[in-house]
Amino acid sequence: MADFDQELDASGLNCPLPILRAKKALNGMESGQILRIIATDPGSVKDFEAFAKQTGNNLIESGEENGKYTFLLKKK
Amino acid sequence: MSDEKKLAIIATKGSLDWAYPPFILASTASALGYETQIFFTFYGLALLKKDLNLQVTSLGNPAMPMPMPVPVIMQAIPGMQYMMTSMMKKKMKSKGVASVEELRDLCLEAEVKMVACQMTVDLFEFDTKDFIDGIEYGGAATFFDFAGESDVCLYV
Repeated sequence: MADFDQELDASGLNCPLPILRAKKALNGMESGQILRIIATDPGSVKDFEAFAKQTGNNLIESGEENGKYTFLLKKK
Repeated sequence: MSDEKKLAIIATKGSLDWAYPPFILASTASALGYETQIFFTFYGLALLKKDLNLQVTSLGNPAMPMPMPVPVIMQAIPGMQYMMTSMMKKKMKSKGVASVEELRDLCLEAEVKMVACQMTVDLFEFDTKDFIDGIEYGGAATFFDFAGESDVCLYV
């Protein structure tokens, strides 16, 4: 697993909260830093792809394990 | 600022279920970098009250999922709306769906501009003291000032 600078547990939260919390976390981070997000909302898989595409933050990794989705976002 | 995309929403409904689309879309759009404005008119003004008392009803809405079939005439008895509202809120909480208050706060935090329709305020004799702070009051021309330059424009 890749290193990350900050972690956000969005487990149990539904759309659009994982995205909103992630955005908030990124706001407090520096360019190039990596945010790891854990979510349980299945919709978050497509949503984080879309978020990355539209905001220019790089989605380095997207995975699923035991019903939990994890994402690594590198801040633009 | 000027290369930011813009989203304009008109919110016309004041029930608990219909409070969600404008606030979900506005908060998400802000997270995606959109400059966002919501124009609240008619029943949509209920979404701007300091004390939100939004209700949900199955009347006139045959698509609402019910835990058991309830004849329409029974859905109209006193207390049913209250019961459905509390059931809906409980369900939303259990599914991790944000409350309307929370989403609205997130919108305000993200500087979503909220405009209340002045005509509706006058029509229903609303007291502006009952509305949250940080909103503006305006009319149709005010809406078009922003909407005319928007990339996405929605009527909810």
